[in-house]
Amino acid sequence: MPVDTEDFSIDDFAKAIPDGAKIAIPADYAGVSMAATRALIRRRAKNIHLVGVPTSGLQAELLIGAGCVKTFESSALTLGEYGPAPRFTKAVREGSIHLIDATCPAIHAGLQASQKGIPFMPLRGILGSDVLKNHPGWKVIQNPFAIDDDPIVAIPAIQPDIALFHAPLADRDGNVWVGRKRELVNMAHASKAAFVTVDAISETSLFETEERAAGVLPALYVGKVCLAPNGSWPLPFWNGAEVDDAHMRRYMEMTRSDAGFKEYLDQFVLQESVTA
Amino acid sequence: MTNNADDKKALICLIANLLRDCNHVAVGAASPIPGAAALLAKAAWGTPRFVNILGSVANNFFTGGGGELFDCAAQGRIDAFFLGGGQIDGKANINLMGRGEYPNSSPRWPGTFGSAYLYFLIPKVILFREEHTRRTLVEKVDFISAPGLSDASTYRKGGPYGLLTSKAFFHFDKEKERFRLASIHPSSSLEDILDNTGFTFDYSKETPLTSPPDPALLDLLNREVREKVAEVYPNFADTIFPVTSDAEQVK
Repeated sequence: MPVDTEDFSIDDFAKAIPDGAKIAIPADYAGVSMAATRALIRRRAKNIHLVGVPTSGLQAELLIGAGCVKTFESSALTLGEYGPAPRFTKAVREGSIHLIDATCPAIHAGLQASQKGIPFMPLRGILGSDVLKNHPGWKVIQNPFAIDDDPIVAIPAIQPDIALFHAPLADRDGNVWVGRKRELVNMAHASKAAFVTVDAISETSLFETEERAAGVLPALYVGKVCLAPNGSWPLPFWNGAEVDDAHMRRYMEMTRSDAGFKEYLDQFVLQESVTA
Repeated sequence: MTNNADDKKALICLIANLLRDCNHVAVGAASPIPGAAALLAKAAWGTPRFVNILGSVANNFFTGGGGELFDCAAQGRIDAFFLGGGQIDGKANINLMGRGEYPNSSPRWPGTFGSAYLYFLIPKVILFREEHTRRTLVEKVDFISAPGLSDASTYRKGGPYGLLTSKAFFHFDKEKERFRLASIHPSSSLEDILDNTGFTFDYSKETPLTSPPDPALLDLLNREVREKVAEVYPNFADTIFPVTSDAEQVK
């Protein structure tokens, strides 16, 4: 997939993500594509099934608040020290989104099963929790190799349509450098295609040195790449930016009310310059 | 409530002592007191040898992605971990999901994270919740994110070691399936603890006071470990370490 940075804007990128898609998104520490998140809201995306790997934060909060999300499947939605996520809290209270609450390793295990093309992955723990009781997909099976009783939870494969994330670098062939963020590789392998925003494009192949190649997601798994410098803003990025603390505080202040959230979208999402 | 810096430092020193026999301690990114305690223990005694602060770039040595922590735990490679929760009950069940009837919890909290798994697999799970009230320490949780106890057929290598709050430290007695009051912090009293705990627990009228932090340990925290804490938890560090004349100017 040759990467074209001239004629492919972030809004074109978001248009290639269909309504109703099941989208895997990383936790805040692994590289969240906030640029694509805002573009999805601008194009009024609908009925999205988000899979937070294994948790999500501002990204899911914004998409839920903007009415883009039908199902939220994850182990948590947290804005960390900024406090309870106002739009998520409201959506849960009102029952306006469908929740599939999991636990972190179960999200990883479901993706691993998809990566391997197998129907499920067994996982320890979980037994006796209300997470198990309420999860629509998990089943308790007997360990087929044990002589004694040994119940274990079977986690069905999670196959997202799209793995959406932000990375430091892609080359012109569509290879993406993710460093040691292996969860991004797992997400991409498990999904039908990875959609990646990047800070920069490398004019030379990322496979040129073994040091670099060790952290590469091959183009085989990559559907679209879009140049979006600082695309994780206002969230932090492991390869660069700190969190925009002032902006996060402002978000918390503005979005306590429905009107305030609408104003936030007007100001920071809908009005955003769309030139890539 | 524990609000002042000295009380928080006392908690850090207390936890550090609990981690001294560990090789590998993992701490969540949003747990500054346990995180500071793990860094302090490593600086003081060289154990735990490995401290992994999740979500941090500089203090996280995993190279296998977000799932590596969980694989490590299942293999017995993590010795201690911290869990909290909006509600903790007398059977050491924890609720990170929300108050009221699931799924329409109100308030909804972030969610279960890895607790439903790690609680089963890490030998020394320390429950840590500063707020010690009948709102947080309840008779029975509204939602079991992770159970404190399991039946005999359940594979369980880990579980609750104790519960630390701003008022006291409790041990969890797995045989009796109850908490036992181990020590009372100097700012509290047995009466205060009985008034503010929503579950019943075992205690002696002669329950000792929590020992004050060892001065040498406290000194190490204030001098050497301070920088490391500030790297990982900048906002927290600002609240517990006063700005001195030779420190950086306040931003």
